[in-house]
Amino acid sequence: MNKTKELPLEHKKNSKLRIYGIIISILVLVSFTLIDFSSLANFNLDNIKTVFQGLIRPDFAYLYDGSFIDGSMEDLLGLMVITVAIAFLGTMIGTILAIPFTFLSARNLYPKNLQWIPSIGKFILNVLRAFPELVYAIIFVKVVGPGPFAGALAIGVHHIGMLGKLFTEEMESIEDGPLEAHDSVGAKFWQIIFYGVLPQLTAIWTSFSLNHFEIAVRSAATLGLVGAGGVGAPMIFAIQQRNWPRVSVILISIIIMVSAIDSFAAWLRKKVQ
Amino acid sequence: MRLKDTVHYNLKNQLLILLIILVLFSGSAVLIDASFSEVIENADQVGVFLGNFLKPDFSYIPELFQPLIQTIAMSIAGTFIGVIVAVPVAFLATTVVTRNRYITAVFRFIMSVIRTIPSLLLAALIVAIFGIGEFSGLLSVAVFTFGMVGQLVYGSIETVDKLPIETQESVGANLMQIALVSIWLQINQNVISYALYAFEVNVRASTVLGYVGAGGIGQILSTQLNFFRYDRVAVIILIILLVVMVTDLISGVLRKELA
Repeated sequence: MNKTKELPLEHKKNSKLRIYGIIISILVLVSFTLIDFSSLANFNLDNIKTVFQGLIRPDFAYLYDGSFIDGSMEDLLGLMVITVAIAFLGTMIGTILAIPFTFLSARNLYPKNLQWIPSIGKFILNVLRAFPELVYAIIFVKVVGPGPFAGALAIGVHHIGMLGKLFTEEMESIEDGPLEAHDSVGAKFWQIIFYGVLPQLTAIWTSFSLNHFEIAVRSAATLGLVGAGGVGAPMIFAIQQRNWPRVSVILISIIIMVSAIDSFAAWLRKKVQ
Repeated sequence: MRLKDTVHYNLKNQLLILLIILVLFSGSAVLIDASFSEVIENADQVGVFLGNFLKPDFSYIPELFQPLIQTIAMSIAGTFIGVIVAVPVAFLATTVVTRNRYITAVFRFIMSVIRTIPSLLLAALIVAIFGIGEFSGLLSVAVFTFGMVGQLVYGSIETVDKLPIETQESVGANLMQIALVSIWLQINQNVISYALYAFEVNVRASTVLGYVGAGGIGQILSTQLNFFRYDRVAVIILIILLVVMVTDLISGVLRKELA
């Protein structure tokens, strides 16, 4: 007989589970009572009906009005290309700048009496990750002015923290064998790094970067909320003007773009590994 | 480590990839008018921000409790509704239960569409329909929980042990009975752990949802940012960080105890 999992036909009826169940139910109930439902008062079905009537008639004229070709990039096609460019540039900035931080914070690169160095590196990465991306976007809008470049910088700095952490974890778990082999035939520090350390990491690092590119595309589409370029700002304007046909066409384009990039990145990831 | 991982293996190919990346990089830089020198020239702005930021206004903390509790309540209630809706729909999104490829495809499509929409944009849309306030926040949290947990649950339904299902079938059980006994009892532990994971993600997300008017601490964050009160922003970010750490801790303990 092969290993068939035994079915837990009886629920585990121990008292601990029941206590947790009761606590969680109380928390859920209390949460519902704490929420202010007053905004529902001016809610009516006609409103919903107009929204949906607008949403099912996407404004396809907005998709392309010639400005994609002349370079002003004001139609949806142009905005989408800019959004992807923000995400790409941001991910590249994040990936490139994450590497020095990785070398700073990987514990296995430092001898026992210098372990405070990686602790500092890890602390910096934690701080960088702590800020919501929106806050970075607001800061960079002040630094370089409103526009897509601010969005790319915000994504880049946020992803230094995210990728730096993932990169460091991989770096700390590399095999020692190749490094010792290099060491024993007299390789210098940089030779060990290039021929022993990095080859073990490029595949997995690339795969992390690709995954974060997928995440960055979603962020790039929202950072326009604070003036950091991309499709976010026109989307918010359309929502505020209750221009539902336009909201609809933007949403459809975002959905198509994000799923296309997700499947492309998944395909590339499979090829890399 | 394999030979093909080394830098000099198939060097031509590696250089070609590098070239493509460089072209894409400079292409996007031109497209979005990136000028890195500007960052360095205006670095004093970062200094201004940090200067104010490093003097946190701790006297502001008492005013944050109310929105903080709202944010947490929003995430708990939203996660709850999202999971409650996601589980039955996830059953419909597997051929194990429906025996019909088309029904399955329809439900999977709905979930994957929801997952592709960036959460803040979804929240902005919901705020526009249902009005500014925590209810919209709750609804947004519930909708992305539905997309996220639904996918995880149907993934785990697909990997259940099929033997109990066949056994039940052979004695004439209907689909509902199969779902409740053979499948649900195998996946309920996973569902608890997915719900806790979703809760962690939702707490992080709900801290910024207020930016588009969906209530909670994000609303305060956006006001203080607009007033350039970075001393207060610092306190808010510290508190958000604390809340995220505490929820991760609690949900870690719960996961060990329950799942």
